[in-house]
Amino acid sequence: MITFLELLANGISVGTVYALIALGFVIIFKATEVLNFAHASLLLVGGFIIAKLHASVGFWLALLIGIAGAALVGALIEFLVIRRANVASHSVLAIATIGIDIVLTTELTREIGADVLALGDPWRDQVLHLGAVSIAQTRVAALVVATVLITAFLLAFKYTNWGIAMRATAEDSETAALMGVRRGRVSMGAWAIAGALAAVAALFLCVFPTPGLDRSTTFAAMKAFPAAILGGLDSTTGALVGGLIIGVTEALMSGYQNDMVFLGRGIGDVAPFLVMIVILLIRPAGLFGTRELARV
Amino acid sequence: MDVHDPRPPEDSGLVVRDLAVSYGPVLALRGVSLNVPRGAIVTVLGGNGAGKSTLLRAVSGTLRFQRGGITAGEISFDRTRLSGAATSAVVAGGVVQVPEGRRVFARMTVEENLRAGALGARDRRSAAGARQDVLKLFPVLAERARQRAGLLSGGEQQMLAIGRALMARPRMLLLDEPTLGLAPMMAARIADTVREINAQGTTVLLVEQNAAMALSLASYAYVLEVGEVVLSGPAAELAESDEVRRRYLGIEDDPEIAPASATSVAAAPAERPVLARWSA
Repeated sequence: MITFLELLANGISVGTVYALIALGFVIIFKATEVLNFAHASLLLVGGFIIAKLHASVGFWLALLIGIAGAALVGALIEFLVIRRANVASHSVLAIATIGIDIVLTTELTREIGADVLALGDPWRDQVLHLGAVSIAQTRVAALVVATVLITAFLLAFKYTNWGIAMRATAEDSETAALMGVRRGRVSMGAWAIAGALAAVAALFLCVFPTPGLDRSTTFAAMKAFPAAILGGLDSTTGALVGGLIIGVTEALMSGYQNDMVFLGRGIGDVAPFLVMIVILLIRPAGLFGTRELARV
Repeated sequence: MDVHDPRPPEDSGLVVRDLAVSYGPVLALRGVSLNVPRGAIVTVLGGNGAGKSTLLRAVSGTLRFQRGGITAGEISFDRTRLSGAATSAVVAGGVVQVPEGRRVFARMTVEENLRAGALGARDRRSAAGARQDVLKLFPVLAERARQRAGLLSGGEQQMLAIGRALMARPRMLLLDEPTLGLAPMMAARIADTVREINAQGTTVLLVEQNAAMALSLASYAYVLEVGEVVLSGPAAELAESDEVRRRYLGIEDDPEIAPASATSVAAAPAERPVLARWSA
């Protein structure tokens, strides 16, 4: 029972981090109808900046610069590629983001090389004991930070002018333009916020018990894709629920894999994608999605 | 809205000169010139595909959403050039469009729709005042403030669409078939509202298939056919002309159904060729 609670707590914590990534993915899709396959590399940019700077400027400043840097890269991708591409189909832009992802990831992994970079976080490997349940401080921090960020984002999405402009554009971009909403600003804002959220996620994907930032961090980020897709690509609620489902599934499957030897090792890494496939078979638009993706 | 002179000074209000618009290889408007003097209601009549909506898209600068563009001519409002300007600049310049089919943001609440309307306003601080005026004009929107716009009736959605446009405090309102698909009673109410908005000082360009209603409101009218202005003149004269009566009012020789007022629109029998359409 203790093991189960520990796994569940870890799963929820990781799940909120996936939700941060998935949320960025979803708002980019809502604002620009582009599937952003470069999302994992945005995350890598944020993590890389934090890893490189924390020794010289301190962790908190490095974190801020990392967040700003990833936001800037996101905004630049929007400004230089997405906005200028005059293409009929959004799938073409999705493919363009694959290209961007390859360029960014290749360059960053070349910089990282075979190293495992520490991010210099203040939580280290301390463990919090709640009765018999032990949980890493990093996981508690992840849960708190992600919850605060997600709540702030959802409140802004619901109540601010920015949120109204964003939702209006997502629902009907032509009519939103008739209200004087500048589409370029809305989509650039979406990319920047997605980048910032990805940088925060990068931090929590690389801290204890993970050894640090290395070239495999993008694979960890990849698990947020099924989170966004199974929740429904155009639903912020879906991103949250999807993130939690993936996080908990992964934690439980990894934790109990010794009891399920017949499934082989590493089932925890595969589980998110299995869950996604099962959910899409039942609900093709995802749990909360409204737009069914065309089969290509 | 006393406009006795059918040819007012060329540079006030909305001026369209020799406008040509094409969607790729398809020419949608050719050599269209028209004038909406400040304070007037002017209507553009025409059937489906005549280019009415294209004209409004050209003014608002939203042709690119349909992969179209202005190929010749010029549009200006109060001497400010609109052709080539971004849609946000047109809105900030005081020219706001209510699109065809209402296009309310169905997943947002009535209140949020109104807020969206104020996003491009010249002066965002005036939004509170604009909101009060809109709710005074359409009290039903206050009752339904927290409801999703998609759940409103067609007439209420049209009120919301107009109210949303008024949130930007426009100097000029472009209305694209505001009575499309509405019951005659509701159409008459919308007509009254347009008259009231105009009386409060907003210039109106009304695009309609419902010629009887449009001619009863407007002081001057243009008839578009296959992308060209084929007829224009004071609304009262056009309403009397045989051509318009036969083609747009569906009247052969029946003096009973004179398109004199909005009430007659409400009472008009079903043979009037008003096309109804379902819109999602």
